[in-house]
This record gives sequence, structure tokens and C-alpha cells, in this order.
Amino acid sequence: MFPTRPLRRTAAGATPHMYSSAGVAVVALSAGLALTGCSTGGGDDGTLNILIDNSEATGQLMQALVDAYTEANPDVEIELELRPGGSEGDNIVKTRLQTGDMPDLFFYNSGSLLQALAPDQTLVDLAGESYMDVVTDTFKDGVSAGDALYGVPVGHAVGGGVLYDLAAYEELGLEVPTTWDEFMANNQAILDAGGRAPVIQTYGTESAWTSQLFVLADNYNVLAAEPDWAEAYTANEKHFADTPAAAAGFEHLQEVAEAGYLNEDFASLTYNEGLAALAAGEGVHYPMLTTALTEIEATDPDALDGIGFFALPGTDAANAGLTTWLPGALYLPQSTEDQGAAKDFLAFVASTEGCDAQTAGASVIGPYFIEGCTVPEDVPPAVAQLQSYFDSGLTAPALEFLSPVKGPALEQITVEVGSGIRTAADAASLYDEDVKKQAQQLGLEGW
Amino acid sequence: MATTATAAPPRRRRGHRSHYPLWFYLPAGVVYGVLFIAPTIASFYFAFTRWNLSGTEFIGFENFALFFSEPYLFQGLVNTFVYGVLTSGLKVVLGLLLAVFLTSQIIARGYLRSVVFFPTLVSTVGVGITFTVLMDPGDGLVNQALALFGVDGPGWLTDPSLALISVALVDVWKGVGLATLIYIAGVVAIPQEYFEAARVDGATSAQRLRHITLPLMRPATATVIVLSLIGGLRSFDLIWAMTQGGPGFTSDVVASVIFKQYQAGFWGLSSAGNVVLFLIVAAFMVPLYWKLNRKEVDR
Repeated sequence: MFPTRPLRRTAAGATPHMYSSAGVAVVALSAGLALTGCSTGGGDDGTLNILIDNSEATGQLMQALVDAYTEANPDVEIELELRPGGSEGDNIVKTRLQTGDMPDLFFYNSGSLLQALAPDQTLVDLAGESYMDVVTDTFKDGVSAGDALYGVPVGHAVGGGVLYDLAAYEELGLEVPTTWDEFMANNQAILDAGGRAPVIQTYGTESAWTSQLFVLADNYNVLAAEPDWAEAYTANEKHFADTPAAAAGFEHLQEVAEAGYLNEDFASLTYNEGLAALAAGEGVHYPMLTTALTEIEATDPDALDGIGFFALPGTDAANAGLTTWLPGALYLPQSTEDQGAAKDFLAFVASTEGCDAQTAGASVIGPYFIEGCTVPEDVPPAVAQLQSYFDSGLTAPALEFLSPVKGPALEQITVEVGSGIRTAADAASLYDEDVKKQAQQLGLEGW
Repeated sequence: MATTATAAPPRRRRGHRSHYPLWFYLPAGVVYGVLFIAPTIASFYFAFTRWNLSGTEFIGFENFALFFSEPYLFQGLVNTFVYGVLTSGLKVVLGLLLAVFLTSQIIARGYLRSVVFFPTLVSTVGVGITFTVLMDPGDGLVNQALALFGVDGPGWLTDPSLALISVALVDVWKGVGLATLIYIAGVVAIPQEYFEAARVDGATSAQRLRHITLPLMRPATATVIVLSLIGGLRSFDLIWAMTQGGPGFTSDVVASVIFKQYQAGFWGLSSAGNVVLFLIVAAFMVPLYWKLNRKEVDR
């Protein structure tokens, strides 16, 4: 049930929010009301209520959208209600949907978490709306069930790959690797040069999820080798253990660990400490999601200029592509009474004005999923490198946006591989057992 | 009536004549039934189902088969026994020694007693977080102190072979105060005449400990074993606060495995785990409790 754990962890663990606008008091008050269950569900008082999670990133983006929209429409009042992230947030969203107590609009994950909301029974189908035409097909795949379309994207595309230290690469004369062997050669060069850990891993308190990146961010390479991987995997026909391209993610982690490329304190380092180690040049490669850039910007804005990004390399240098994660979306629950006002806001979000507002009010960490939207020229180097994968069309969604099957124990299993407790082959078959439980729980065919 | 009552054995008298009508039990019985019996029976049912938001599906013993067949679930079972026996054993030994020490004529006895008892009062999660910091392999106070003596301290919580033992030691640190308290009560309750008589007979202090204190502390020992073993087998909060069962699955116990299954939405499987844990604790404790109390009666 936690397909987007890396993304969600970042959202849930964000630093305390600091909205500059006057919306703070309103937000805080409505958050209190939401928790006590006193808030009104529909738009009966003429105000548009929107439920969002309490992460820094979502808050910035939504506040920017609301400010721009109310400036253009002074007669509309919008209130943002906060909810916690993580599994507690999932519970609130599910409960309020079931009881018809959901505000006019709400922000939530796309992909398999959306499917768990039973969207055909709870959400309004937006497929017929004209403003959905400019939403890119990649994103539509993540918010559709059958022919129905449910969400309007808020925020930027996220890439899963390797954040790296630009200064170290320059100093050692290294090139961005396009194959796994090149990556390992770079690691060896960094190790030989001394003073820096080639690969940062962080298995400390609350950070075990970071160990999954070698497996999850390898999906582009898996799909390159096995185009029908996602369907066959969902249908219980192919598995990690018996598909060499899929097992490679586990093997890569084992290789890196066995070669002694990991930072010495990998077992106790936390996610935030790992980012700090990367920024300080103590480690060179950190396999991570690009959402980490928001985190780095919040703590050490200057460090962003020294950090680059490349996709997790596979076997084919000519087809070195990126595994991507989709941002969350705004959804319209069926319980909303005044759907006209809500849809007008959605139309604004799904427009170039909408993404310009987001660009103005929040940090841009990747391209938008709205056609015609542009990313400013002066983005940090890592964002520019992320953008280039999208420009050249070398992207594929992470497995969790293609299949509802994700086992809950992956992070423990990958921690064991990285720590040398379990071999890659053993880990792959153990994970196949783990996902079986999830598939059975979802009642999928063939399990 | 009064004559028959005095003639009857005490046991029977209690059964026949109660001062209060039976329905006085009702309020407590309802609370107990609704909050304890009903959920317990319900969880026995749900343990046999695959349970999600849309409903339950009866799947027989599949959850139990799964629970015992998965390597890391089974590992949790083994760890639970190791953890329970280790913490219980250490609490008995250390608690007894501390109690004997703290009832002897020493300076600042009252102060030392409160020092020993103090960790029991602190929140478990707080203790867990504090010791996680103290036991950090690099910056932790424990390893820095060891480094002063030239000892290269291990990764207490990050070394797969040490993590569970480290958590168990913290559990002992936190729980030994209660064991000591029970033992102190036991030592103080021993009549001084025995010690005086032994002293007159020329018994050394070691002999007095061996032949007077230890045998007469059996009830206290039974209480400490029962309490700490139940606590150890069910232990969850400290392990979750310190390692979350990690690194990997190496310090998982049954309770943390159950919690993870619940988090993942496998409610049926986690109910099955709870039933297994309930049966294990009962299978362990009922005979043990019976045996320990029997010995007490025999004396």
C-alpha cells in the first residue's frame, strides 16, 4: 500500500512551513477545524475549500496558485486545509471521501495510491473537460482508470537517479556515466583519489526508504530490456528473481557495497545527513529522487549550484534514460455541490497561467506536465540535466505508476543487500514473496 | 447458618456466601466484555480472512501458513524468544544483586535507590531516542568514551549481530529498577530473626545470601520473571524507537512484524500474527506461572 514511499517520505518529513502570504492564519485555523471534523464539506458558503498535505513543497505550490487565482478573480475566496502526510494522511483522505465530508477539491498522489481511493465511485471524471487537453499523456496515464480521467497535475516531474558532486567530477576529470560499467569505473576513480566516498547510502533512523533507489530508479532500464515487464509483472508472469534486467537493481546495490564504495557510516546516516554529506563534498554519488533538491534548497540554497543529476545507468549507452515519478494532482470529489467554481479553478491550474504562478511562488525542480509550460532559464544544474532527459524523450515512469503491485518490505530488503546481510539473488526472490501478499490483498487475477 | 459457615472449609464458605449480589459484577463485566473479550474474539475471526476496505474474505489458515513460512516473519519469532529470555534473565540477576546491595548498610542508600528506579519513570520512546543517539557508531557518547580507552566500539545498533542485544540491554537498563523494587520489598519482608540466628551460628554473609535470602525471595523472583518475560515477549515500543526492526529484519520481533503488516494494510495477516503472539505468550506463561506458584505453595 506504499507504492510512492520515497516521494511521500519527502512530503511528510518536510521542514515546518513558512508561508509568506496572509493565508497562514486561515490555513492554520482550517487545519484545526479539519482535525476536529467541523469543517463544511461542500461549497455551500461560497468559499472554495481545498485539502492539501502539510509538506513544504505542496504548501508553496498551492499557495502560489491560490494567490494568482484570487488576484484574477477577486470575488472568489479559497481556503486551504492542511492534513498530515504519510499513511495517516491516506486514512484522512479515505475517511473523508467515504463519509462525503471531503472539501471541494483535494490534493493527493497519482498512480497506485489514487487507485486505492476507488475513484470511479468517489471522484468526478474530468475526461470530457476541455482544459484536460493540454495535460500531457504521461501524466494522464497516472490519473486514469479505464477511460476516466481524474486529476489535474500540481508541481513538477520528479526523476529518480543519481545526484552527484559537480566539483568532484571536474576535479577528477570524470564524465557523466551512460552505462553501469562506466559508473563503477567512476566510483573506482573516486575511491582511488581518496578523501571522498564514491556512493552515499543512508540507512539510519527513518531513512531506510532511501535504500530502494537502486531498484526503483532502474525501471527505465528494465523496460528497455523487457518492454512488457509492467504488464507481465502485474499478471504474475514475470518476477524480479527470474527477470535478469529486473534483478539487476539488487545486484547493482550489492556490487557497490561489496566494492567498498559506500560511505563508512552508511548504516547510521540519515537522509538529511546524506544530503548534507553530498553538499559538503564528503560523498560524490547519492542515488535519490530529485525532490531532494527542494530539501537542499531549504537548508543550504548555495549548495544547489554544485550538484548535478544523471539517470541510473543501465547497459546500453545509446539508450540511457530516466525513471520518472509523477507529481500529485488535484481531484474533484463527487460530493462537491458547486462543481462549476471548482472546475474553474482546475482549468486555471491546467493552464500556462497556472504553471507561471507556480514558477513565481515556488522552487522549480523539474518540467511541468502541462503543454506550453516552460521552465525558467536559470534553473539549478541538476534541474537542467533532469529537463534534458524529458527534452530528448528518454523517460519512463517508475513501476509504481504502471503496476499496483509493490511490496511493503522492499526498503528492509534493500537495506539488507546494501549492508551485506543478504545477497542480491536472495533479496530478489524474497521481494517476489513480499509483493505476492500485496497482490493477493488487492485481489488481482493470477496470484 | 453461622455454625455451618464456621464448620465449612474456608474455600467453600467464600463460594457460598458473598456479601454482594452477582449483578454488581455487571458494569465491570460489560466494560471488560466490550473492550477486551469482543475484540479478542473478533481478531481470532479476522485472522482467518483477507481483510481490506471493501470487506473480508475467508481464507482459512492461509495467513498462518504465510506467517510461519516467510523467513523474516520467522526470524521475528526467534528474536522474540532471544529478547524475552535475555531481558528477563538479566533483570532477575541484576535486580537481585542490586536489591541485596541497596538493602545493606551503605551510604546514600535512599538516593541510590531512586537512581536505580529512575529509568522506569522515563518514557520508553524517549529512552529509545536518547540511546539511539548515545549508541551512534561514530559520534555516540558510548563509543567516544570507549575510544578514550583505546577501544574501537562497534556499531551497537547498526551491526546486524549486535542490534537486538543492544536494544535488550537498554530494555534491561530501563526495566531493572522495577525488578529491584520488587526484590527490595522481598528482602525487607524477610524477618531479621533468621539473619540474627544465622549470625549466632557463625554463617558468613555469602552463606546468609545463599541459604536465607535466596530461598525466601522465591515469590519475588516469580513475580519478576512473570512480569519481565511477558513484557519481553510483547516488547515493541523500545525496538521500534531504536531500530524499527533494522538493519533490515535483524532486530524484528513478532510485535514489530505485526505492526509492519498492519501498516502495509495486511490487516488479516497482522491479526493472525497477533493471535500467534497471544498463543505464544499464553503457552509460555500459563505453565510457568502455575509452576512458580506451585512451588510457593509447597513451601
